[in-house]
Amino acid sequence: MSSAETALRIALVGNPNCGKTALFNLLTGSRQKVANYAGVTVERKQGRYIAPSGRVVDLLDLPGAYSLDAASPDEAITRDVCLGIAAGETRPDLLVCVADATNLRLHLRFVLEVRRLGVPVVLALNMMDAAARRGIRIDIAALERELGIPVIETVAVKRAGARALVERIDGPLPPLPPTGDADLDLHAEVRRLLAATVSMPTRTAATDDAIDRIALHPLWGLVLLGVLMFLIFQSVFSWAEPLMDGIENGIKALGGWSVAALPEGPLRSLLADGVFAGIGSVLVFLPQILILFLFILALEESGYLPRAAFLLDRLMFKAGLSGRSFIPLLSSFACAIPGIMATRSIQDPRDRLATIMVAPLMTCSARLPVYTLLIAAFIPQRTVAGLFNLQGIVLFALYVAGIVSALAVAFVIKRLRRDRSEHALLLELPSYRWPHPRDLAIGLWERAWIFLKRVGGIILALTVLLWFLSSFPAPPEGATGPAIDYSFAGRIGRALEVVFAPVGFNWQICIALIPGLAAREVAVAALGTVYSLSGSDDTIAAELGPLIAGQWPLATALSLLVWYIFAPQCISTLAVIRRETNSWRNVWIAAGYLFALAYAASFITYQITRALTS
Amino acid sequence: MFGYNREPFLFKAYLPVRLSELLPGNTAVVREVEDVGSADPIARRLRDLGFVAGEPVKLVTRGPVGGDPLLVQIGFTRFALRRSEAARVRLQSAGATP
Ligand SMILES: Nc1nc2c(ncn2[C@@H]2O[C@H](COP(=O)(O)OP(=O)(O)O)[C@@H](O)[C@H]2O)c(=O)[nH]1
Ligand SMILES: [Mg+2]
Repeated sequence: MSSAETALRIALVGNPNCGKTALFNLLTGSRQKVANYAGVTVERKQGRYIAPSGRVVDLLDLPGAYSLDAASPDEAITRDVCLGIAAGETRPDLLVCVADATNLRLHLRFVLEVRRLGVPVVLALNMMDAAARRGIRIDIAALERELGIPVIETVAVKRAGARALVERIDGPLPPLPPTGDADLDLHAEVRRLLAATVSMPTRTAATDDAIDRIALHPLWGLVLLGVLMFLIFQSVFSWAEPLMDGIENGIKALGGWSVAALPEGPLRSLLADGVFAGIGSVLVFLPQILILFLFILALEESGYLPRAAFLLDRLMFKAGLSGRSFIPLLSSFACAIPGIMATRSIQDPRDRLATIMVAPLMTCSARLPVYTLLIAAFIPQRTVAGLFNLQGIVLFALYVAGIVSALAVAFVIKRLRRDRSEHALLLELPSYRWPHPRDLAIGLWERAWIFLKRVGGIILALTVLLWFLSSFPAPPEGATGPAIDYSFAGRIGRALEVVFAPVGFNWQICIALIPGLAAREVAVAALGTVYSLSGSDDTIAAELGPLIAGQWPLATALSLLVWYIFAPQCISTLAVIRRETNSWRNVWIAAGYLFALAYAASFITYQITRALTS
Repeated sequence: MFGYNREPFLFKAYLPVRLSELLPGNTAVVREVEDVGSADPIARRLRDLGFVAGEPVKLVTRGPVGGDPLLVQIGFTRFALRRSEAARVRLQSAGATP
């Protein structure tokens, strides 16, 4: 094994969205997130590969930066590594400066900035495939001569697209770049380089212009955005159904079969009521989560998201956010944790804080199981206007409710803020790109894997714990009611019921809320376990839906749906808020306002529905 | 649309002074980026992105609500800028040299 001292240390730097992470993945075989907008990578990521000569290369992927004069927290990371002032880190031996060959007017300026750092530099001219398609011709030899650093063509999305770069890195370190004139006008120099080495038929890609004429049209652009969002939620419901039925039947069969072989007793109860009733009820939602992610991944890679940010900026600004908040908030539909981390690309600290505070209001995919369970049980399956699925519409409405409350909360934050100085937007719109089916498939596979690990890890652990709390202590001799009434969980549930009775939650729901704090899906698993244990027979509660449909009043179901719009916080989200804002105060504020909103909204929903339905 | 707002009584050819006044589809040449206050980080960033004297700039389109933000093409890149950001960019009058 070569020791870390002899490893060659390389950092990938460059403007946002030029393909640094794609290159990093290609070289190291990792799977860091690649997407078509600025601000995907917000942390330094380390990887390692073995060069053909057998030498170990430590590769660092960094956030993109427009300039070493950093304007946001992610750019500061890159600046610090480049200047060798990052804490606990020595300066890289070599910087691989990546530039998008179709966007050299912007990217070469950063190359020039990096060139004068006094570290060996190699320029990787990436996206040569896209450049060739647009008829852009670059005289590599001349560019190399003019810049005084090696220039290598790469295509980071092709398997052999970085071979030349690997070979160049494996050779001797290039000499230090010419230091040149300290106050050289970088823009004038870029223009000179372009004139001498690049021929470009058009400034922009014709397809981008054509698509943007519609996608950014003041009317059609907004219509398109609305239709797109609505379609996503419709398909989450209608496409997933056959798959969900399949999984449900499979679990039921498996559960029935494996439980039948066991004798009556705690082990059988643990399997039937804990594992199958609990885990099964969560596993069913895998198809819906994957469909949601299929859309998110495709949108991320297409380059449409910054366009949506452009269309919505004014509205979001009025509400106290920024168009830049759009992408972090959209990621929060998957999970608030990556969403909150993605706010690092927001330059304005006020916009960033407001975005972090409202990100938990975006309906994360962990809430989907709760929503779907309740919607399927209480909202009739009906076609509206001959086209739309009523259940899909309700789901869409719940998402909209999350968004509207986020805007309202952001507006309040804006009102409370003392510093009213100007906010910046400055957002780059990238070229459109077709998502690669292979990348989508890999992305979905990873998502499925994450979900299954969650189910097999924290969700299983909590379910078993809950089963234990719900089964012990065993009822005294001669007890008549269901055993769970005498257990720890039963007692806790009854105690909490006092607090939650005004919003219509029964004691079973109260029990489920507690493990739901750790991971929201567990609330469904917990309901599965609790009802399975309270039931007289051993039916596996993959049938949780019909069961609660028979037992709960509509008011309770709607109240719980509304509760989960605000869903006071899973604990990991609070931990990320603490880490990203470095303040406990923000954590308390977030948790407090979410709880207050949830309670108030559920109270109103419950009381009104009850008045109308009784 | 905005060209006459400033000098309503002067009837002269439309000559936008700032990028925020340029009409969609039109191209002009940057004269300079003005600082708002001292050490304006937004102005500095605009200069880094290529808004420097002599650079052609095109207003591609405007946002749907209130004509804000603006979609601006500079070099080979498109940026969304708020009107207040774009107002920092002063344009050369036609025919003038940098
Ligand atoms: N056509 C093409 N697309 C690329 C290439 N390299 C990266 N991309 C795409 O460019 C976008 C940005 O890539 P990413 O690695 O996230 O850029 P980063 O921000 O520099 O890390 C993604 O949509 C990639 O799929 C390339 O060589 N050719
Ligand atoms: Mg990246």
